Amino acid sequence: MTEFLFAAASLVLAMVSLGMIRIFRGNSDADSVMAVQLLGTGGIAALLLLGAATAETAVVDVALTLALLAAFAAIAFVKSAIASLPRDPGSESDR
Amino acid sequence: MTASLNLILAALILGLAVWTVIARDALAAVMGFIAYGLLLTLVWVQLNGIDVALTEAAIGGGLTGALLIGAATRLRRGKAATAAVTASTPSPFPSPLPVRLLAAILSAAVSVALAICVLILPEQGPTLAHQVAANIADTGVGNPITAVLLAFRGMDTLLEAIVLLFALIGVWSLSPDGFWGGRPGLQQQKDPNGILAYTARILPPLGIIVGSYIFWVGADHPGGKFQGATILASMWLLVMMAGLADAPRISHSWLRAGLVAGPLVFIAIGFAGVFTVGHFLGYPQGYAKALIIAIELALMPSLTLVLGLLLAGAPQRGAEP
Amino acid sequence: MSAVLDLFTLIAVTAGVFFFLAGTVGLLRFPDTLTRLHAITKADNLGLGLVVLGLVPQVDGVVTGLKLVVIWLLLMLSAGSVSQLIARLARDSDLRQ
Repeated sequence: MTEFLFAAASLVLAMVSLGMIRIFRGNSDADSVMAVQLLGTGGIAALLLLGAATAETAVVDVALTLALLAAFAAIAFVKSAIASLPRDPGSESDR
Repeated sequence: MTASLNLILAALILGLAVWTVIARDALAAVMGFIAYGLLLTLVWVQLNGIDVALTEAAIGGGLTGALLIGAATRLRRGKAATAAVTASTPSPFPSPLPVRLLAAILSAAVSVALAICVLILPEQGPTLAHQVAANIADTGVGNPITAVLLAFRGMDTLLEAIVLLFALIGVWSLSPDGFWGGRPGLQQQKDPNGILAYTARILPPLGIIVGSYIFWVGADHPGGKFQGATILASMWLLVMMAGLADAPRISHSWLRAGLVAGPLVFIAIGFAGVFTVGHFLGYPQGYAKALIIAIELALMPSLTLVLGLLLAGAPQRGAEP
Repeated sequence: MSAVLDLFTLIAVTAGVFFFLAGTVGLLRFPDTLTRLHAITKADNLGLGLVVLGLVPQVDGVVTGLKLVVIWLLLMLSAGSVSQLIARLARDSDLRQ
């Protein structure tokens, strides 16, 4: 079981890191946030799998903190990205 | 099995580090850095440093990320403004090539030096862990990290709290003369029905519970006041970002009182130790745990205020009420 | 009994990992920001949810199991809000291009 959990953690990690290619391609700000968001979720899953594999319950607290704060960085990014878009006084989109 | 996981982690971290230096856009590089922090959390867990993993998740993932995002946004805006004024195309890279080469070389040199130091350590390095384990029962706490931070090396924690205060004063000193004593940051757009306001109403209560839990559980398990304070500060910043609460005026007396209250309590307990036990920050027999809890309870609000204000930045608005 | 629980963990975690794969492939291959957003939310909801479901029989203590479920719910809440914001960013940057 521990072998399987370690393998699952490695797999999840490898896959969400592939998502980082989206940042490397440099398409747009939104793509960067999404890749980091996916990495955060994958990191939480990998942490939980590792915690269960090593029977270390404190790791669940780390995953809890990560779940709370991953959104915080993403929100800060999106807010500043929206604010730094070129201003278009003609169209006031509904907020 | 753990070997392959460690290999994957190491390869990913090295790759991300290289990419962060060569990235085209400052904001993309910051995103890479935040991802780097997330992966580093996993590394700490693999190295059995759960307390450090908690701190890395809180500070590296959340606060430092938001700080760098703010800086990169200003950089971008500054570049766009300069480009508009000088009518030249801004270079896509955030800094010129020699600077980035220097950064890469310095980072690599530090990493190699650290690696050599770790590899030439003897099998059984010099360690005080045995003395800590032998004497931890006297402190009354079960988590050896908390015992070291607040009992055996309490002086370091006191100085760290004061250094954070100095950093905050340093940030405040960057404010323009006319705005001294004013509110940090620009006025946030307030949209009470928007999704940001919704998030800022639902997440902070949960965050406060989680932060207080992490603070409380730090006595016997990984956790503690610093991680708890980081979570609380992040929730406060979220509320400020959504415009639901405005940043406080830094000339507010309650704000300044709150900032110094924690270190003052710490110093007071330290001097009390001079009279009861004979040296600064000594705890009388049997009172250790109570004093440790008192210090943590006093430091946590101050730390929250300091961290939140550090991220809010220097005052950019006047001191109107 | 524990063999049945282990089998359950095996199936649930494998299914969760499959959804992470689906989310990553979607992020890399879908043509448009909004469709990519749709893909990664599958990883958030189903991927993490199935992994949490599979791990609940493996942890010791009800409190830890509850913590796992709370992590999943918290992540769904925060990721849902962030997805709305990302969608707004995508729409605004399309409008102002």
